Amino acid sequence: MRVIRLPLIGTVAAWRGHVRQLARRSVPPEAVLWQVGEGGADLFAADPPGGDGPVPDPSVPPLTLPREVIGAIETALCHSDPQRFARAYALALRLFGKALRWGDRSDAPLRRLLDQEKAVRRDIHKMHAFVRFRDVTPPDATRRAFAAWFEPEHAIVEAAAPFFARRFGDMDWVIATPSLTARFEDGLLTFAPTAHHAPPPEDATEKLWCTYFASIFNPARLMVSAMTSEMPKKYWKNLPEAALIPDMIRAAPARARGMQEAMPTLELAHVARLRPQRPALTADVGLEDLKPALDACRRCPIGACATQGVPGEGPRHAPLMIVGEQPGDAEDLAGRPFVGPAGQVFDRCATAAGLDRAKVYVTNAVKHFKFQPRGKRRLHERPTQDEISLCRWWLDLERQAVKPGLLVAMGATAAAALTGDGTRLTSRRGRLETTADGSPVLITLHPSYCLRLPDRAAQVRAETQLTDDLRLALQIAAGSR
Amino acid sequence: MAQRTLQDKLAILADAAKYDASCASSGGEKRNSGDGKGLGSSGGAGICHAYAPDGRCISLLKILMTNFCIYDCVYCVNRVSSHVQRARFTVDEVVQLTVEFYRRNYIEGLFLSSGIIRSPDDTMADMVRIAQTLRERENFRGYIHLKTIPDAAPELIEAAGKWADRLSINVELPTEAALTALAPEKSAQTIRRAMADVRSRREAARDVSHGGKKASRFAPAGQSTQMIVGADSATDGQILGTASQLYGAYRLGRVYYSAFSPIPDSSRLLPLIRPPLMREHRLYQADWMMRFYGFTHDEIAPKSGMLDLAIDPKLAWAIANRQSFPVDVNKAPREMLLRVPGFGPRSVDRMLAARKHRSLRYEDLIPLGCVLRHAQPFISLPGWSPRALTDDENLRARFAPPPEQLSLF
Repeated sequence: MRVIRLPLIGTVAAWRGHVRQLARRSVPPEAVLWQVGEGGADLFAADPPGGDGPVPDPSVPPLTLPREVIGAIETALCHSDPQRFARAYALALRLFGKALRWGDRSDAPLRRLLDQEKAVRRDIHKMHAFVRFRDVTPPDATRRAFAAWFEPEHAIVEAAAPFFARRFGDMDWVIATPSLTARFEDGLLTFAPTAHHAPPPEDATEKLWCTYFASIFNPARLMVSAMTSEMPKKYWKNLPEAALIPDMIRAAPARARGMQEAMPTLELAHVARLRPQRPALTADVGLEDLKPALDACRRCPIGACATQGVPGEGPRHAPLMIVGEQPGDAEDLAGRPFVGPAGQVFDRCATAAGLDRAKVYVTNAVKHFKFQPRGKRRLHERPTQDEISLCRWWLDLERQAVKPGLLVAMGATAAAALTGDGTRLTSRRGRLETTADGSPVLITLHPSYCLRLPDRAAQVRAETQLTDDLRLALQIAAGSR
Repeated sequence: MAQRTLQDKLAILADAAKYDASCASSGGEKRNSGDGKGLGSSGGAGICHAYAPDGRCISLLKILMTNFCIYDCVYCVNRVSSHVQRARFTVDEVVQLTVEFYRRNYIEGLFLSSGIIRSPDDTMADMVRIAQTLRERENFRGYIHLKTIPDAAPELIEAAGKWADRLSINVELPTEAALTALAPEKSAQTIRRAMADVRSRREAARDVSHGGKKASRFAPAGQSTQMIVGADSATDGQILGTASQLYGAYRLGRVYYSAFSPIPDSSRLLPLIRPPLMREHRLYQADWMMRFYGFTHDEIAPKSGMLDLAIDPKLAWAIANRQSFPVDVNKAPREMLLRVPGFGPRSVDRMLAARKHRSLRYEDLIPLGCVLRHAQPFISLPGWSPRALTDDENLRARFAPPPEQLSLF
């Protein structure tokens, strides 16, 4: 039986060095007894890595394991279980020899190691959470200095301390635990066995912290077990705020009852003066105040889900009014029509047709975005006939204000809104029809139809058709002037 | 009025902030002060530095800048018509409290909210000044969460996003009608537009321009919101519907649900009740199902619109949809395994990894981290068959706690 003493500081790194040597010498796990060194420094010197037993076997490849595996094993080695070093050595050999799959929880030793890794990670996390520094800055110091006393469950000081170095880079600090002390001075992190086993003196800010802790607590929601499961009592003695907890729990039911029993009070006289007033909407709406009126529209349920109403855009007496279906995700966010992917198709076709978007009135048959939420997306949903009919009120208002020479209905919804019929688009496109009140409408495809087509050739064909129709619309509108 | 001490102000303004549920301090930009020139780090997993006896974690210094407010939201302790004590922090006081608490490892950062004083712009400008001072003067690299005021000017929102990690705007209530009734000065439309604005700015900040120049930083840890549960008559179905719309429309990191809780000095319009804590808990579970388990909002709530308080919503869904069960653990796809009660994303991933090597047996499931008591009626694999259990009429009773005599008081 070989006895290997690991040092108190740098335990895990020393284990790794020994394991490499032992593996090259094919030393079986049961032939090694691991100890963490209370024995003193001279013992480590007398016992160099691997020892003087069997010589390294050149035919044995050096022990290597994936980074993820080494990380987990080294974390588990911070556990307080005395068997951890032997277990980890045995597992490392089996993993390296492919006798065991990493992550196979049906293997009892591996499962044990993974459980211990989890326990250590939790302990490290709790140390990051529950260390409480006290100000110990000397009077004439240039750097602030803080000190803390903490009692972890496992040997985690070395693993947990770098977090504090990254977080508190501009101050000096000391964290003392029953075994090791971590010290950070002028940017240098060092470890030493703990000399003074006492917490640092109290600090005035602690009183403010306790005030905060007591005030943020809501006595009407008392749930003690939820607190103790995350902040177990073993940590309480080094938490200044924990001293308040018993009284807070005791007084909570009476405080909650008091709030319920207290009668509602009457409001003070000056309150009415302080309240801000929102301007009311005027009854008749024109193009100028179309936006706020649309925002407030709740004739159908779509409005209550969308971000905002999206009015049309363009000069007041534009010769051409182009009507799409409804705003999409991008239009809903921006409050402007045809700015999303379909808007880009429209712009491309319009440019190709020689149509200047700034000179036509561009709008939608339905003014709010109708969608189905799917995770972090909104899926466009086609408006119903009822919604189209209700929203025609707004479209008619825009038509009366702009009085375009020609309407262009892009897609089924616009065709339904303007002609009452939204079917058979592909056979109707490129044709001139009339609205119920006799205005001319040119029927064409919706730009998003082009985007939905599966293959590129069909997309190009559809875009060409849309471009042709827009060019035709331009000619008709020019002729009717 | 006598000058209040810092301690008095802290007591008043922390008390006023406790109805906000948000506590996240994770995600966003990775920063640290390893260079020795600043204070703080953030970007990893958030840390809860303490827990109050209400079971809520304390990770941020959660305070109001002031609890003076010109709005009259019926559910709020700080409404203009309430008789609570009022106080106001100066910019420097908030900065000092944050830094001194942070140096002692009490907190992960600051969550600053405020009542509306004078005007939304004035209030927002003061909040931005606090965040800016922390970042520029104190070199503070910890977490900052600012509660945005929906009506504030775009320049102020832009500045808020530059200094803060997370912005949030509370929708407050699940329906527009309830908001109009209970918070007359707030507008659901304005709130949604503010959220849309934050999403657009975040997306713009992530885009790289043609010249390869990165746009300036904007709220790297995203945005969140909060809904009060139980102050109006909205059903759980409506609440989840609203939440799912908000997740989809504005890419929110989180929606928080806050059980309406008795407040000192209540309004006559809202009767005080015991906070519906179990309902709040079930809503969080349902929210998790939407975000991590692939459920859509309309699948989760039953026809009545209210979640079952006695059993968790995933179990309730499985019991109501028994035709899909039992699933064969060795063959079912990931999406279906995630719907099995007692299986979580992590245990499902472990199952899928293990399935590549061998066929799973019933005994393997416990080490994978499954809750078998919940899973039993819904799975079949070597070593276990649910037989008639899946279709057992009393399946719900197996899981629901035994009926209790109602307390008369």
